[in-house]
Amino acid sequence: MYTLKEKTVVTLRVNGEDRQALIRPGDILLDTLRDGLGLTGAKPGCLNGDCGACTVLVDGTPIKSCLMLTAEAVGHEITTVEGLSDTPIQRAFIELFAFQCGYCTSGFLMVCHALAGQMQTPPDAVIDEWLESNICRCTSYEEIGKAVRAVLNGEIK
Amino acid sequence: MSKTGIGVPVIRKEAASKVTGEAKYTADFLEPGTLTAQLVTSTCAHGVIAGIDTSAAAGVPGVRAILTGESCPELCGAILKDRPPLARGKVRYYGEPVALVVAEDAFLAAKAASLIKVSYEPLPVVHGPGQALEPGAPLIHEGLGAYKRIVADVYPEPGTNVCHREKVRKGDVEKGFSECAVILEARFKLPQSDHIAMETRAATASISADGTVFIRTSSQAPFEVRKMLSELYQIDEGKIIVEVPMVGGGFGGKAPVNLEILAYLASRAAGGRPVRLVNTREADMVSSPCRMGLEATLKLGATEDGILKAAEMTFLIDAGGYADIGPRLAKAIAVGCTGPYHIENVSCDSLCVYTNHPYVTSFRGFGHASVTFCIERALDKLARKLRLDPARLRYKNALMPGQTSPTQVKITASNCGNLQACIERVKGLVNWEEGDRLDMGGGKIRAKGIAAFWKTSNSPPDAASGAFISFNKDGSVNLNVGCVEIGPMMKTTAAQILSEALKMDISRIHVNMDVNTRYTPYHWKTVASMTTYMIGRAVLRAAEDVTDQLKSMAAVVMKCAPEDLDIGDERVFLRSDPSVFKSFRDLVHGYHYENGNALYGQMLGRGGFIMTDLNFLDRETGKGKPGPYWTVGAQAVEVIYDTVAHTYRLTKAATVIDAGKVLNPAMAEGLVKGGMCMGLGLGSREHFQYDPAGRVLDTSLRTYKVMHFGQTPEYLVAFVETPFVEGPYGARGLAEHGIVGIPAALGNALSVACGAELDELPLLPEKIWMAKTGGRL
Ligand code: FES
Ligand code: FES
Repeated sequence: MYTLKEKTVVTLRVNGEDRQALIRPGDILLDTLRDGLGLTGAKPGCLNGDCGACTVLVDGTPIKSCLMLTAEAVGHEITTVEGLSDTPIQRAFIELFAFQCGYCTSGFLMVCHALAGQMQTPPDAVIDEWLESNICRCTSYEEIGKAVRAVLNGEIK
Repeated sequence: MSKTGIGVPVIRKEAASKVTGEAKYTADFLEPGTLTAQLVTSTCAHGVIAGIDTSAAAGVPGVRAILTGESCPELCGAILKDRPPLARGKVRYYGEPVALVVAEDAFLAAKAASLIKVSYEPLPVVHGPGQALEPGAPLIHEGLGAYKRIVADVYPEPGTNVCHREKVRKGDVEKGFSECAVILEARFKLPQSDHIAMETRAATASISADGTVFIRTSSQAPFEVRKMLSELYQIDEGKIIVEVPMVGGGFGGKAPVNLEILAYLASRAAGGRPVRLVNTREADMVSSPCRMGLEATLKLGATEDGILKAAEMTFLIDAGGYADIGPRLAKAIAVGCTGPYHIENVSCDSLCVYTNHPYVTSFRGFGHASVTFCIERALDKLARKLRLDPARLRYKNALMPGQTSPTQVKITASNCGNLQACIERVKGLVNWEEGDRLDMGGGKIRAKGIAAFWKTSNSPPDAASGAFISFNKDGSVNLNVGCVEIGPMMKTTAAQILSEALKMDISRIHVNMDVNTRYTPYHWKTVASMTTYMIGRAVLRAAEDVTDQLKSMAAVVMKCAPEDLDIGDERVFLRSDPSVFKSFRDLVHGYHYENGNALYGQMLGRGGFIMTDLNFLDRETGKGKPGPYWTVGAQAVEVIYDTVAHTYRLTKAATVIDAGKVLNPAMAEGLVKGGMCMGLGLGSREHFQYDPAGRVLDTSLRTYKVMHFGQTPEYLVAFVETPFVEGPYGARGLAEHGIVGIPAALGNALSVACGAELDELPLLPEKIWMAKTGGRL
């Protein structure tokens, strides 16, 4: 862990590439990704850890990037929605109408992608536990549940 | 050929962009050199602004401008000009914008904003519309009589807190009640709540050297933004460009002009530099407008066999500190006051009332979820008095062709659909016949509630829309329409309608996802579930325009009469022999003869649409036509209720809507389910609470709870299809409607379950406990 005093250039490992960003010590990862690196897939929804729209993966684990300092992310492997390409969960979200406005979608995708990567056949309670971290105001959640289950049970590969 | 036309589950056009992070929303655009604006908001619900000290803030390096109410003397509003963009003289609600800081970046803006010191002399607070009408209540707008009215049909009552009053008088209520065997009186109280679109409102503004104003905003109504800025600041409409990219949910909250004015003022103060203003979640909840609260008194009368005879109702809208669209909410409630039932004698007063709560605007359902809660709860109580099955009571009184609405519009199967069919279907979906209250043992009750609803547009009588069509040289089509893509797939629906009209593959129809007021045809607003109808009609007209052009051009080239030709699959062909044809690609950019001669230029199609037979309502009786049609439906909710803890689980939620024609089954189902989910949130948990000084307590998603994954019931959706003759292929709008009857159905289910009358929302366990026990342990 660094000690940062003023604006400093740091190197972040994002979607498999090293990227440099000029940050203040108090900058949150979400702002650095969006305003510093132009990766606007992660969205601000509350900046308070309540909505999950800003979720990215840090070393494969879903993290709310509004709650993580950029400085804390140095040295870790960050994956944003821009790092997903033609994954089963993206296809499932499209085919099963798991979004409307799309604003919550990158956050949900990251959670679902990580879940599918970490567990084979999680019980419903575990799926609920993973996905209750995020809010979608458009869908009924049923569609999102169907999409993640279709990936977990291999219907959509 | 892949998918063509309507009635099929087409994937939305922008799907790929939304699962890759590529879809851009307003705050995702950041040009270098963009300044950040930050709001300073009122910490007082009602008070005189004694002073604003900006000196420390101005000393922060990188601060480019600080604005207060003194810097902007204008008043704004869509109906009544009663709201200063930044509070001037006094504040009227907690969260009201009082100052705006513009700085080089967000960090500096936040730092400067925190240094602005505002002092208030508190005034007595008006906590609700009932209190606002009491004699001697503090006046919120002392100058009410002097405000400029933007529309002719708004009637503020100076010297009071009444911003507007809408009246319905139909038949003879006194006589009606005298014919009744049973009379029911009830009172209801519904709180303010909030849209919580996942994208908070955002706007950027810049002013170029020639004075052209550029606004990018998360608005449902870009053409309203243009109109209001033009009118407020005397800028030609042509010199204002409003652009709307993808929008992260609207639900009515992004229909009013709000941050755009502040962003414009900020840019103006900073020499025209681009300025970005993005709401924090807290500001989005309390500073920007929220959802109305309601206090209502209802009196219903029925004959012994359950025929409704008379209704007398008063609705008091908690509009908060400013009018915004509140007077129209009052109108919508009055227009729909009886629910979709025939009542010969109706007297209804619907008031938009100022309070010291955050001000309100349109919200999914436009007041109907609230009025439906009142009428549908009242009907259940009446059914109990009459010892009638509540579903039967609704079925018996359902509005039928030939009868009239409260504002005396004649009902037809086309303009109002078939409610009875919806009621029957929804009963089947939730197995209504097994009974609405089943004791499962172990202190658990399984209970069901039902509700029916209707909703029309309550739009301006001259709401308009348009569509442009151009062609690519390969014969594919570009469709340009002015609806905003806020989620319900309107752009794709427009493409589907065009695909059906031109009988061509939808993948060959490209549609603009953004709106830009300079090159997109005008569209009133993306609200009121009117987009399918309005855009659809414009698209059909544009399709007819190009079809006529294609046929008359091909007729010359093919040496036949235009009426002998038909189109399909990007071809114009002989009706008598489809193997004789010309392809679109050979026609749409001029016809080229072998010798080099060419005929006709590029083909351009256009379609304009305007509502035709709507009118203003009579001020004394409400008589008039408020919308082109109603969408009707019936809903039910099933819960499992714990008789000891007064908690409950949502087990089923069902909706049957008369859609006229379902254009995209997958999307229609998704919209209705999403609406139900939101309705369950409103019914079970969502509300603003205030402290004794009128300050909102629920200003984050930590304490303001919405529905989450894993808390949802099984959803059941079905459609009835009674064509709306004037709609595109018979379709009615249905984007809002999933929400409308759900809080009512939930209230009915829980009232049956607990055996007490639950007449307030949200239905928190402690509220149920209070209603059941009166607070005694
Ligand atoms: S923005 Fe990070 S959880 Fe909402
Ligand atoms: S799709 Fe709009 S918030 Fe989830």
